Amino acid sequence: MSVTHTTDDAPVVTRVVMTLGDDVSTDAIYPGRFMATVLPNETPQYAFADHPEFRALLKEGTMPAGSALVAGSNFGCGSSREQAASTLRGHNLVVVARGFARIFLQNAVNLGLQIVDCPGIAASAGDVLEISAGAVFNRTTGQRFAVRALPPARQAIMKAGGLIAYTRGRLLTRQP
Amino acid sequence: MGMTVVEKILARAAGQPRVRAGEVVEPAVDLAMSHENAALVINQFHEIYQGTGLEPRIWDPSRVAIIFDHRVPAESAKTATNQKKVRDFVSRNGIAKFHDVRGDQGGICHQILPEGGYVRPGQVIVGTDSHTTTHGALGAFAFGIGATEMASVWTLGTVLNLEVPGTIRVVANGRLGEFVSPKDLILHLIGRLSAQGANFMAIEFHGPAIRNMSTSGRLVLCNMAVEAGATSGIVPADEETVRYLREEAGVGEGIVPVTPDADASYHQTMEIDVSRLAPQIACPHAVDNVKPVDAVAGTKIHQVVIGSCTNGRLDDLAAVAGIMRGKKVAAGVRMLVFPASWRIYTQALRAGYLATLVEAGAVVMNPGCGCCLGVHQGVLADGEVALSTTNRNFQGRMGNPKAEVYLCSPEVAAASAITGVIQDPR
Repeated sequence: MSVTHTTDDAPVVTRVVMTLGDDVSTDAIYPGRFMATVLPNETPQYAFADHPEFRALLKEGTMPAGSALVAGSNFGCGSSREQAASTLRGHNLVVVARGFARIFLQNAVNLGLQIVDCPGIAASAGDVLEISAGAVFNRTTGQRFAVRALPPARQAIMKAGGLIAYTRGRLLTRQP
Repeated sequence: MGMTVVEKILARAAGQPRVRAGEVVEPAVDLAMSHENAALVINQFHEIYQGTGLEPRIWDPSRVAIIFDHRVPAESAKTATNQKKVRDFVSRNGIAKFHDVRGDQGGICHQILPEGGYVRPGQVIVGTDSHTTTHGALGAFAFGIGATEMASVWTLGTVLNLEVPGTIRVVANGRLGEFVSPKDLILHLIGRLSAQGANFMAIEFHGPAIRNMSTSGRLVLCNMAVEAGATSGIVPADEETVRYLREEAGVGEGIVPVTPDADASYHQTMEIDVSRLAPQIACPHAVDNVKPVDAVAGTKIHQVVIGSCTNGRLDDLAAVAGIMRGKKVAAGVRMLVFPASWRIYTQALRAGYLATLVEAGAVVMNPGCGCCLGVHQGVLADGEVALSTTNRNFQGRMGNPKAEVYLCSPEVAAASAITGVIQDPR
């Protein structure tokens, strides 16, 4: 997947299953009342629990792994709850947004959730996107949008497969 | 070119003579705070060690703080089991800065850290809670992280791959008017900046209105800096910081204020004259949907919430009690009061504030976060409207997506509780 935005990644083709506006909060992605559930293998069941469209997609089984959510700017604002990243990771979704809130972005990278920071993205549900290192190409509309690369510091964690593996590597090299 | 406060703090913590916004550093952590979500941190911490052949070991247990506040006392078997798991971990690992569900030590993490004397100017503080920004009020660089990132901190004692944030400088001139509070100032700023206007930035607060503000008020400003997207809010430490730490937090040593250089480089400077500021309100369903209270005056409310990590301090309770004294909560309105800590609860009890509030019809709850985020107590019915001194009003925040939440100061909340409609306290 192209999340690391390195030039050697092959383009990924994905279908947009849902679009969202600006400022989607972690309260919307993973409502507070489910916060006592913390383990990554248990959080997916509560993704967008109060969002009728998302729940319908889940119920109908029309959101295969690798599907894309397209959102506006400041996706994942609000609470630091990591469940918001793990719940989307659990459904193997790709989030293409015009921008991400800081803590969500870091949680996504740390957990290996596929995110694409694409300031100009315009797409509708059903559109097919081709995501490559530097751009998102909307095959349905024929439009191309530049991708803002993740900061190098985050790319290093992504490449390691997430923060657990990255930290483990650091821990082992630190030992005398 | 000089450095901002955050640059100075990070340079010291990273062991470098200087750092610049945008640089990647790995600062040593002075304090690592978690609440109930320590249950997830523990899980991720053990994952890190898996297959290494090493025994999981916290880098420095004296720098870890764990405070139960989100669901206290436990509202479900699941929470109770998580809390038990954390309690066992705390005792096995010798974590002394642990605040359990107890009247003699408990409260909301963002009050326990300051009043417990755990925060010092110049520190790097991370917390698995977005409102960790609060502790910038004492001149620390404090920011929220996720549970896996905390597990990494527990392992190595550093934040890996941190980008030094740029800084927005806010200069607050003038003097706040009667019934106008720090909450109105921060709501106004969030409205101006938007919910993402400070993304990936720190906000440094300056000006006479900040110098004249108590630490309690500064905690409100820094608490809500994250609602503009800021990595952290920070008030450079001054005489008031030293006074608070000595007199209220019992800190005897190690108070070394860090101030910005005169020629520090800022991303942006915003000036504001607070003398002309009217009471503000954040309308549903966004914290940056801010208006003067007058714009929505007369809106019927069903629940008033006083408290939380934003506005549950003694001066907040004093202001509310002052307005409610001899008055009654309007019929059809429930008024819930959550002091920010048991110390504050006890002080308010002794000062008579709690008796005044109960006699007015308010329900005084135990300190905790549950109501603010809809996980425990005070959930709203379909179609109901809450007026709250907390910090977020996203759809569904108080546990029901079919309800609405307005955010305001304690003064606005108290005046409105009496009339049953949103009301300017002046």
